[in-house]
Formats: sequence, C-alpha cells, structure tokens
Amino acid sequence: MPVISYREALRAAMREELKRDDKVVLMGEEIAQFNGAYKVTEGLLKEFGPKRVVDTPISEAGFIGLGIGASMLGIRPVMELMFWSFSYVAFDQIVNNAGNIRYMSGGLIHCPIVIRGPANGGTNVGATHSHTPEAILASHPGIKVVCPATPYDAKGLLKAAIRDNDPVYVMENTILYNDKGEVPDEDYIVPLGVADVKREGTDLTMVAHGRAVITSLKAAAVLEKEHGVSVEVIDLRSIRPLDEETILASVRKTHRALLVEENKPFCGVDAQVAYLIQSKAFDELDAPIHRVSSIDAPQIYSKRLEDQQLPDVSRVVRESLKVLA
Amino acid sequence: MAEIIDMPKLSDTMSVGTLVKWNIKQGQTVAFGDILGEVETDKATMELSCIVPGTILKIYAPAGSQLPVGAPICAIGKKGEAAPEPSAAPAPKAAAPATAVPAIPDKTDVSCLPAAPASSGSVAPQSDASRAKASPYAKRMAAQAALNVAALSGTGPGGRVVGRDVAAAASAPAVAAPTGPLNVAVAPPADGKGIQPDADIPVGGMRQTIARRLLESKVTVPHFYLEVEVDAAPLMAMRESLNKRLADSGADAIKLSVNDFILKASAEALRRVPAVNASWAGTSIRQHGAVHLSFGVALEDGLVTPVIRDAHAKTLKDIAVEAKALIGKARSKKLTPNEMSGSTFTVTNLGMYGVTGFFGIINVPNAAILSVGATIKKPVVDAQDRLVIGHRMVIGLSGDHRVVDGANGAQFLQTLKRLLEEPGLMLI
Repeated sequence: MPVISYREALRAAMREELKRDDKVVLMGEEIAQFNGAYKVTEGLLKEFGPKRVVDTPISEAGFIGLGIGASMLGIRPVMELMFWSFSYVAFDQIVNNAGNIRYMSGGLIHCPIVIRGPANGGTNVGATHSHTPEAILASHPGIKVVCPATPYDAKGLLKAAIRDNDPVYVMENTILYNDKGEVPDEDYIVPLGVADVKREGTDLTMVAHGRAVITSLKAAAVLEKEHGVSVEVIDLRSIRPLDEETILASVRKTHRALLVEENKPFCGVDAQVAYLIQSKAFDELDAPIHRVSSIDAPQIYSKRLEDQQLPDVSRVVRESLKVLA
Repeated sequence: MAEIIDMPKLSDTMSVGTLVKWNIKQGQTVAFGDILGEVETDKATMELSCIVPGTILKIYAPAGSQLPVGAPICAIGKKGEAAPEPSAAPAPKAAAPATAVPAIPDKTDVSCLPAAPASSGSVAPQSDASRAKASPYAKRMAAQAALNVAALSGTGPGGRVVGRDVAAAASAPAVAAPTGPLNVAVAPPADGKGIQPDADIPVGGMRQTIARRLLESKVTVPHFYLEVEVDAAPLMAMRESLNKRLADSGADAIKLSVNDFILKASAEALRRVPAVNASWAGTSIRQHGAVHLSFGVALEDGLVTPVIRDAHAKTLKDIAVEAKALIGKARSKKLTPNEMSGSTFTVTNLGMYGVTGFFGIINVPNAAILSVGATIKKPVVDAQDRLVIGHRMVIGLSGDHRVVDGANGAQFLQTLKRLLEEPGLMLI
C-alpha cells in the first residue's frame, strides 16, 4: 500500500472527488494560483482549471457565505480556511446559516458544504492563529465536525464529508501535514460518527482526537514499557456525531479512563465525553475520570512555553498513573 | 406490548435466586398484586407479586431453577400475543419490573418492623454504614460476588476499595478452601446399610451464604478470644420471679428466656463500652450510635441472624417479644432481607444444647460476637471461702483486633458479667 503524507492524503481525497462529481468545487484564499498556504491543494488548479479550483478574496464572511449559497443550489463546495481561527469572522455564516437552514426550511434545503483547514496550536503563531474550535462548533445541532489524526483517516473522512448532505467541518493539523502513513489508492471512505480503536489494551482507556491521538499512542507505548500497563487508545475521529458505543465498550473493559485533547479544558470535547462515561457507565468506573488538555490560557507565543501548554507524552503518562493508582 | 419479568434483586447481596415455585400457569390471567410465585434468595424466601396485569404468555424458567438477577423468568402481555424472545445473555440489572413483598406481616408483627434509630440514649453519634469508600465498579463487583465492601481494605487512593481489592477478596477463599468435588475415594458402607446413603447434597442459597460469609470473616478478620465465667444465680432468680409475675398477669402471658436477658444485658454493656459497637471501614473505624442486635437462630438446614433494631432503647419485654416474633419468622423462612441486615453486634447461644463454652465467628461487619454457654451447677468457692453449689455460665467474646483491643474487649466482658450478676443494674 502506498505510504503518503497526511497533506497528500487530503489532496488525494479532493482530487478523487473532483473527478467523481462535477458539482465538487474548491474555494479559498490562495488555494489555486499559490497552490495553498500549506500546499494541500497543490497542482489541482492545473489539473481541474479555474472553474473548479477558485481563489477568493481575503474575506471569510464573504466567501463562506458564497459557498453556503452555492451549496443550497446544488454545488458541493469544499472551502479552505487558511486557519480555523479565521472562522470566527464568518461565525454567522458557519453556524447560523449553514447549521440551521435544513431545519428552518423543514428539510427542503440542504447545505452540503465542507469547510476544512488547520485548527491547532503548537506552531508558534500566537493566540489569534491557534484556535481549536471543534467543541464550539460541535455544540450546535445541525453541524458535523471531524478531526483526522492519520493520513488514512484524513482521506477517508474528507471524502465522506464531501459526500454528506449536511455541513461538515474538517479540522486538520499543520503539525501532522508531513506525517506519513499507509493510504490505499482506491476509493474508500471513513464513515462519520465511527471512532477507531488505534491500540487495544486492558488497563486504561485513553480517548483522544486529532494530534492528541498521536501523543496518546506514544504515551501508551511508554506506559507499557516502563510501567507494564496495557492502554487502549480510542481515536474519536468524529466529534459530532460522536461514537458513544466504542467509548463505553472500552470503559466497560478497562474500568478507567483518561481523556486527552489539545483543546482548552473549559467546555472542551472531553467535558462532554466525561459526562457521557459517568452517566452511561457509572458502575464500570474504578477510578475518577481524568483529563489532559491544553493549559487554560490564551495560546502562549513563547515556543518553549507553548510546548508546555500542549499535552505531551510525559504529562499524559503522569496523569495516566494517577488514574491507575 | 408484552413485558418480560426478570429475576428481581431482593437483597443487597443477592446475585442468584431460586424459583421455589410458580403459582401460575401459562395462559392464566393475572391481576395487579397477584402472587406469581416464590423466590428463595441467599437470605429468605420471598413472594413475587405481579405489577403487570395481563396474561402469562410464557414461563421461561421452571420451578426449581436457579437464575442470576436480571434473567427473564416469565412474560406477561395480551391474550394471544406472541411471547417475546428474551435476549440471549441477560445482563444482571437492579431494576426489575416485578417487586417482591415480604410474606404478609400480620398485625402482631408491627412491633418488630425496624423503627427509626432513637436519638435519646445513643452511645455515640450515628454514622451511615453504607458510606464505604469504594469505586462504583468495586461496589458493583462486590454486589455480584455478594461481598461486603465495608469489610474490605482498599488499596486505592485514600483507602478507596477498587476493583482489584474485590477481585482479591473474591478469589482468596477459593485458594484457601478448594470448592471442587472431593477427590478422596471413600469406601461405601461394608455391610451395604450405612447410617445414611452416600450422596452429594446440592448446596442451597442459605448454605452458600453461610459458607462464603463465615469463610470471609475467618480468613480476613483477625479474631481474638476472651472468656469469663458468670454467676448466673441472681439472673435465674430474677427470671423465675418475673416469669411468675408475668404468668399471673394472664392476658398476653410472655415468658422471658435466658437469652432475652443476655440480649438486654449486651445492649446495656455496649452502651457502657461503646468501642465494641463499631466496624472496621478500611481507613477508619466506624462507631455506631445505635445498637442493632443480631442473634443466631438455628434452622434445620442452616442458620440465620435476625436483627433487633435499636436494642439500646428497648425494654426487656420489648426485646423478648420482638425476639420471639423474629424466631417465628426465621423458622417459617419469612424473614425479609431488611430484618437480617444492618446489625452492629451479634449474640449466639448454644446453652440449650448443654455446651459449656465456645467462640463464634464474627458476623462481619460487626467488631465482636458473644457466645453464651449453658448454666451448669458446679462447686465454687464463695466470698467467705466456703465451698458451695454455684450456678455458672461461661460467656465468650470473639473480637476483631483491628477494631477492639484485648483491654476494651475485657472491659466489655467485665461490664456484661456485672450486669448479669446484678441484673438490677440494667435498670439504671
């Protein structure tokens, strides 16, 4: 099976969908002539031409609104945000318009839009460029949110998102763009709302999404080697819809849970997951649920401090041992 | 819509129930409150009353079968409706759509219903015995294994009882006492007519509970033993005189037993030495404000320990009446789980069999058990150094050394001895 990067996997997903369905259109800042700020859309203008791969003005409220309108009339736009941090200037479009139109039209109007781009800290770009809005957006009924952690899931989730008839927001991670993994050449999708057991174990369940999955897998290896602990790592992949059963089945097996995310802790995704576990698997718990999140402060600009702010292997190991006490 | 009735959970420790009998047949119409059948738990036989009126569509479990809590036992629905297929592996669950009621208490039983703990005269502040620090998973495991979480010592943070502690406790007795069939070949009676046929007798719910709880106590609780001999003559004299007076009064003639006096004296001794009225709780010692007094009642096929609640606040007559009612219910197997749980101290008595002295196994989570022997006549040297005929009774105390030390155990026995030898002291 070919080994390609997370970036190439995203590009493959878009290329395959552009070929499969002539209603699919890419739009975003500098995605066409400049090949994308992070080169995810590299070469696609040349291959598909300026009617399918469109550069937009630097106005998120404007071009996201344009994409939403187009999607209501049957186009399947895949919009790139240079950073998900910039979604905040298009919040009305993203949440109010895209998220509610199917409900408010009584199911008559669909909004099959995909918005994708990086949503992560850890790259020394400051507080205004490091937001992780998956919890904020997933809190709105009508919106679907996915966070791929591996090249395989990046391709499969993006293709599933493009084919879905509701707004799906795909949150990528610039630190993962160069990560490589096995990705099939052929057409496949990773269904929305299905979590993945990335590592099987018996003593502790780690629940993570996005890059926190990679951190968790590294921590699980350390825990096994240095502490003889068998850790199961669940990759949520999809924040909403949320695969409750895979989480609960794992907790029923291990009876202990550590939730890891790069979000800020307050009202984070894992606040919801912790609630889920205690409400549906209370009698399975042998220890309180712990969380490892980013430290609760605006994203720190100093690189050294920012490295401490994000969950790292040593913090995940340390917190795991507390849950295992 | 047909409803499946599950094996209900009728006591804290129940994990399996035996369907003793069915009162109903397939196809029969049942109304709310009808008694569907009887279920034997590890503690008592209870009636199963119907809370879903309709037609019995199917009986999944025949009389005599043993089933885990939550297993389907029958289905009730509309006449002619198809009986639902129960799921293959029913998960044990606490909520069952049927309730069991203790078999019809008659009016005289009212006095032995558990009363709220009396506040006056309590020897120590009331604390809640159900607040053992344990993880939800450990509690669920313990309930399934019929273990008492409060009796386990926790290895989790702050002494919390966690899953591994319950797993260890559940497997420990199995190591200590192999439960498999006896492999030693025993020759049958040579003459072909032994005293009884060779047979393996299946172990019922009560016998299993006795086996498990007493083994757990004996291997996990550090027992120590104290013994004292009591001059029983004053007690015998008082009993005779009181019984004579009670008989004369006619009406509700009750007769006080020696055991009634010992129960009363024990409650009074616990008031004076409250350190014995306590339980080991892992990282703390839980002292109990009320004396809930349990006593052993021998049955043909085992032993039960009903509880007289708030014995510290009851008169000798109250205790005698209540003990008699509980013994009656015990013999007819009509004690409810509630009437057999929550004790703080236990009294056992083998005096009626002529046993002169023995030591009981502690009834966890009690801190001690009192064993009472027979009153026998024997020569004693009195205060004036004369050899006289004495009426002597030996009482023994088995104590949990984690809670009670030799000195306060001895103090308790000394106090009890004084109360029995000068029974008038019980009045003050």
